[in-house]
Amino acid sequence: MASTAEHLPQGGYKKSWLMDWITTVDHKKIGILYLVSALFFFLIGGIEAILIRVQLAVPENDFLSGEIYNQIVTMHGTTMIFLAAMPAIFGIMNAIVPLQIGARDVAFPFMNAVSFWMFFFGGILLNCSWFLGGAPAAGWTAYAPLSDIYPGLGMDFYVLGLQIAGAGTLMGGINFLVTIVNMRAPGMTWMRLPLFTWTIFITSVLILFAFPAFTIGLFLLFFDRLFGANFFDPSAGGNPLIWEHIFWIFGHPEVYILILPAFGIISDVVSHHSRKRLFGYTSMVLATILIGFLAFMVWAHHMFTVGLGPVANTVFAIMTMAIAVPTGVKIFNWLFTLWGGQIRFNTANLFALGFIPTFVMGGTTGVMLAVVTADYQFHDAYFVVAHFHYVIVGGLVFGLFSGLYHWWPKIFGRFLNEKIGKWNFWLFFIGFHLTFFVQHFLGLMGMPRRNFTYPAEMGWGNLNMISTVGAMLMGVGTVAFLWNIISSSISGEKAKGDAWHGDGRTLEWAIPSPAPEYNFAQTPLVKGLDTFWLEKREGKEKVTPAEPLGEIHMPNNSIIPFIMSIGAFIAGFGFIYSAENSSSLWVAAAGLAIMFGSMLIHSLYDDHGHHLIPDELKEKNKRKGAQG
Amino acid sequence: MAHHAETLPPNPERATLEGKNKFLAFWFFLGGETVLFACLFGAYLGLTRDFSGSEITPEELFELPAIFAATLALLISSLTSVFAVINMKNYNMKWMQFWFWVTILLGWTFVGLEVDEFYTYVTAENFTYGSSAFSSAFYTLLGFHGGHVFFGTLWILTLILQTTKKGINTTTAPKLYIASLYWHFVDVVWVFIFTVVYLMGKVG
Repeated sequence: MASTAEHLPQGGYKKSWLMDWITTVDHKKIGILYLVSALFFFLIGGIEAILIRVQLAVPENDFLSGEIYNQIVTMHGTTMIFLAAMPAIFGIMNAIVPLQIGARDVAFPFMNAVSFWMFFFGGILLNCSWFLGGAPAAGWTAYAPLSDIYPGLGMDFYVLGLQIAGAGTLMGGINFLVTIVNMRAPGMTWMRLPLFTWTIFITSVLILFAFPAFTIGLFLLFFDRLFGANFFDPSAGGNPLIWEHIFWIFGHPEVYILILPAFGIISDVVSHHSRKRLFGYTSMVLATILIGFLAFMVWAHHMFTVGLGPVANTVFAIMTMAIAVPTGVKIFNWLFTLWGGQIRFNTANLFALGFIPTFVMGGTTGVMLAVVTADYQFHDAYFVVAHFHYVIVGGLVFGLFSGLYHWWPKIFGRFLNEKIGKWNFWLFFIGFHLTFFVQHFLGLMGMPRRNFTYPAEMGWGNLNMISTVGAMLMGVGTVAFLWNIISSSISGEKAKGDAWHGDGRTLEWAIPSPAPEYNFAQTPLVKGLDTFWLEKREGKEKVTPAEPLGEIHMPNNSIIPFIMSIGAFIAGFGFIYSAENSSSLWVAAAGLAIMFGSMLIHSLYDDHGHHLIPDELKEKNKRKGAQG
Repeated sequence: MAHHAETLPPNPERATLEGKNKFLAFWFFLGGETVLFACLFGAYLGLTRDFSGSEITPEELFELPAIFAATLALLISSLTSVFAVINMKNYNMKWMQFWFWVTILLGWTFVGLEVDEFYTYVTAENFTYGSSAFSSAFYTLLGFHGGHVFFGTLWILTLILQTTKKGINTTTAPKLYIASLYWHFVDVVWVFIFTVVYLMGKVG
């Protein structure tokens, strides 16, 4: 990502490549850091998935022991949700949202770096458990009292790893809320925001109100395990249901935190690649807000079989079914956007088109699960596994692939290869349905979740074998994606600013690919929804600027976010080992001292950033000089 | 720095975009903190009647006079932080620092009274963190709040020491202002703790 503006970093010396990435506060670079780490954890989670499927391919298999299987299942879920899906979303939103609203950076570039490094070290801490006595094994939902009394340090790694990563996520959510409220370019009114930005806004609201609940849940578990508290221990008067409530008060909004950005990506991609304005923009916005609101009203549908009573179950069932309405609005709007459009079947759009029917299937099984009486049958069976993989893989992951193919040229300046992309899509799409479609039937046949094997007499062998073959195909599809990244970074076709056939609608396509460090040499003036498209229809090639060319104020790089997060990482280790040896609390104290000390230093030394001269101004000055 | 009344803006805490961003972000953060405390209150209410392992009930445990003193200290500290912010807006450094110092001292008074209260419970009543689910929930809720108060005093302390060197300007004013917002928030949480934990514990 060579900066096009020639200026030396602050201090006047050229930083090394590594230091540049570690100290960066540029939202585009942080976006790339998020994407690279998400891919790394996605591969780990994917390997875990394949190990699960190999174990389940045939009945009474002894490829994995029950204990190892529990660890792998737990880590597969935890890794995919917190360390692959979330950072992939954060990667795309970092890279794209400031560009879409015509901003030069996020509201808090420094805190943005803190968010990333906290997530990263939290994820590393969690995965260190593999080498230090075994990974967490109580399921990604960590239900008490099992998680409370699980021997070994695995669950402590879960608690501390997710606590640190979650702190980063919460900061990221607040950062994007403020960015979208305060940093919009002139004329970018709320009802002119690109839909992807709208969904990120609502997702950030959900992060803000959902993650603190998880923080408390983790603290209570942490205190139970390490300091002898009794929150979830019934023998001392505790109540394990408190964990379930707190977990799902967080956990259900989390599902929408994941899927709303995918809705936004699909909206932008479908409209872009069928060369039509998004159908029913206003209803799309309202549907997004409504889904965000309902997300907090349905958590107990994960707990129908707990015995909350018919009134509570009915209320939560009806609220859950109600979510199908705004979601249905979205599905129809995408179809009507495609209707009569000049559709291009490139990889980005193929993933979007694959998303629509796949997500409808996941949504439909969701409504089936919302029927309380039926849920007593489905609960903890493979039907549930099929359902949530249809929404999270068939929904979110297809959306992420679509968004990555769509915005890749904007982020990296080169296209991904379309031929390999189609291999990627078809392998992944067919593999996905092969893996998870049959799991609906396995669930209806009674196969329970989370069991490491099953007897041959049950007759589940054939469908499980099909499922495993499908998982392998998804694996091959992912390898195709990796190959595509590698080959395109070497010899990929270079992208223009308005990369996709000049069909760009929103502001990110109005600037060069990749975007210069300062994004917009002049802050744009926004004239309507899809403002770049409107300007092109008037025969202009660029968006109207809202200010004259001038020097641009930029934030300085900083190593503090990295050091602060290392402090949190050390503190995490200290707390984890305090279960075995209380003197390791001193290590925790040292880690916290590093963390708070870094915060103090950041507060004491005001950093006012620096100014740089954009290329456009240099050229103008040169021309002036030549004339004079 | 005597000239700033003319050259500096009337509301230095919101004069720059950075200040506005901090202001908004902090309100969002307090929204998240509200959920955080709501979960602690929920857990407390769910466990407050479970005394297995320890026979002590809230009615027997709480002594309202000391808690009244702690409440008074914290509520007055909210008022003194308002005085400090008014002086900040008037660029009156000396009095701003004075009122923030009073705020910090009242905060420390509160923390001291709370530590004393816990000490009494542990030593005199043998009511420890692991005694029962009620005791765990009580100490966790109160501890989170007390930790917030203590962190707040350190935060305000580092800020007023900064202003000695930097003065009141568009960089320091937003920091002081959001610290005072935080201070009001921990005060409001205390009002709920006083009601839900102590009053309802005595009469509920």
